[in-house]
Amino acid sequence: MELETAKTPDALKRIVIEPVSRVEGHGKVTILLDDDNQVHQVRLHIVEFRGFEKFIEGRPYWEVPVLVQRLCGICPVSHHLAASKAMDMIVNGGILTPTAEKIRRLMHYGQMLQSHALHFFHLSSPDLLFGFDSDVAKRNIVGVAAANPDVAKMGVLLRKFGQEVIRVTSGKRVHGTGSVPGGVNKSLTIEERDYLLKDIDQMIAWSRDAVGIIKGLHKSNPALYDVFGAVPSTMMSLVDDKGDLDFYHGALRARDKDGEVIFDQVSYQGYNTLLTEGVKSWSYMKFPYITALGDEKGWYKVGPLARIQNCDRIPTPHAEAERAEFVAYGGAKPMHGSLGFHWARMIEMLCAAETIKDLLLDSDIMGADLMAEGPRREEGIGVIEAPRGTLFHHYRVNEDDLVTYANLIVSTTNNNTAMNVAVRDVAKNYLTGHEITEGLLNHIEVAIRCFDPCLSCATHALGKMPLEVSLVDASGAEIDRMTKDGEGRIGKGAL
Amino acid sequence: MTAPTLIFGWGNPSRGDDALGPALLDAVEALRDAHPQWGPVDILTDFQLQVEHALDLEGRERVLFVDASAAVADAPFRAEAIAPAKDSSFTSHALSPQGVMHVYAEIKGSAPPPCTLLAIAGETFELGEPLSPAAKSHLKAALAWTKDWLAARPA
Repeated sequence: MELETAKTPDALKRIVIEPVSRVEGHGKVTILLDDDNQVHQVRLHIVEFRGFEKFIEGRPYWEVPVLVQRLCGICPVSHHLAASKAMDMIVNGGILTPTAEKIRRLMHYGQMLQSHALHFFHLSSPDLLFGFDSDVAKRNIVGVAAANPDVAKMGVLLRKFGQEVIRVTSGKRVHGTGSVPGGVNKSLTIEERDYLLKDIDQMIAWSRDAVGIIKGLHKSNPALYDVFGAVPSTMMSLVDDKGDLDFYHGALRARDKDGEVIFDQVSYQGYNTLLTEGVKSWSYMKFPYITALGDEKGWYKVGPLARIQNCDRIPTPHAEAERAEFVAYGGAKPMHGSLGFHWARMIEMLCAAETIKDLLLDSDIMGADLMAEGPRREEGIGVIEAPRGTLFHHYRVNEDDLVTYANLIVSTTNNNTAMNVAVRDVAKNYLTGHEITEGLLNHIEVAIRCFDPCLSCATHALGKMPLEVSLVDASGAEIDRMTKDGEGRIGKGAL
Repeated sequence: MTAPTLIFGWGNPSRGDDALGPALLDAVEALRDAHPQWGPVDILTDFQLQVEHALDLEGRERVLFVDASAAVADAPFRAEAIAPAKDSSFTSHALSPQGVMHVYAEIKGSAPPPCTLLAIAGETFELGEPLSPAAKSHLKAALAWTKDWLAARPA
């Protein structure tokens, strides 16, 4: 793959961006340049994560849906629900009562709303509103609050509402326990339903405004938005049995880069034959691909841009109208520019807000039948469309109810190759031939954040998140250095 | 009803000493009912500080932010009054308490309540690890300070 492996790496200058900022956890990008600043190799390394599967082994299965939430500070509910779906298979073969399924859906769509609001307003809008190489002191959510207080307030209150949906359905704002193997442990009271209902129309209105913001940005500068980090690739997601967008449950569908269906309505229970988790020596994170297509052609992207273009329809009216406009904008071919993720993401946020209203108006969410009975099994696979893409949880449990095997393919892993390709595209188009500046390096980070601000869940104690970029010559000597401290202050110059 | 005192701690309980913030909150919660002189105290936790936490400051008389600190110089803990600051943090994790206060001021158009940052020193932050022996000792010292802070409730 072009720019993945340089022919003579030892003779090249090395730039390391570590950690990648405004992402969750530790990612590292290495860029190899020659003396004329021509890019020869770009790799996005994910330096943490796999340890969590070992951490789960030996734990009682009923602890797992709560335990796995600690993987992620942005989308803990996705892990909570994917693990619950897998454990449903263990305890009863995957049966849910209508109340349990609708409570889980409500929780999940609340999660989608809050996570998409965070991703767009807090982590990505500073780049989009101020420019990728604007003043770094301004390029953050606090800068957005100062320059566009209404936009920032909208983002804050949308996320807050999503968090409230999660709190009401799971019992707590974080580390909730609402979903349990075989069902849920609470439904909603009338008071809880009415508490959420009073604000939902405002959330739908703001979500429509948010689609308008990103749509306007996209159309104001198509030369940038249509091509930045373009990754023509296969796209994969869950769709329901009618081909509609569904974040909670469904079967797998994949389309090729031109939009032709590769497979459809494939049960995710067979994910481990459908997909192969490839490995590369330079990253701890795996590189999954569709087994039948092989590693060179079988990699794919997941998440909003894939989901919006994979489905035939969104089952809520305003979001469906926006999807139709999105697809029409792309013409006869799917859009693959990475900034298109944000447009698709806001359409999904609108879908989530509309779906939350539909669920709140469904009396089943106040039902009393919370758990279903069924035959015990020893293996379970749960899949969900998490905010950043398809999320697989696979467990085996022994007769003592202890987990003996855990395999997770998180959204970031599914997008691993696609993110690397996008980062290479941006490096080739923006860094080549230029003196490296913080603004240019931020272009790399912008590309990553389109996919995912959530590379892994790492420690975040005070003082633990500096950014350090070193430029090293072929002999290993540092010739330039750039640092950003926890307050965003920039330092420059070799030590 | 919003309590006049808020203690907000953040951290990942599965990552060694990163659990110091939530651990202090657990300890305070266990003591709360036996100390009515503290007045009503709300206890909130999350993985990290985010902008919407500015809304949790609303209606408070005082707020204590609690986090683990990786700085050895903070041992066993550092407590200081903090003021709103136009935060330039660039990571999703690093929105500082000062930045949260600044967001409050931007959104509400008024000054946030008085806030104090309690940074408790930790040493190891590995997945699946318990609190280190040093962190347990620092937690004990920080809890003693917190009890005094709570008891010094303004009239």
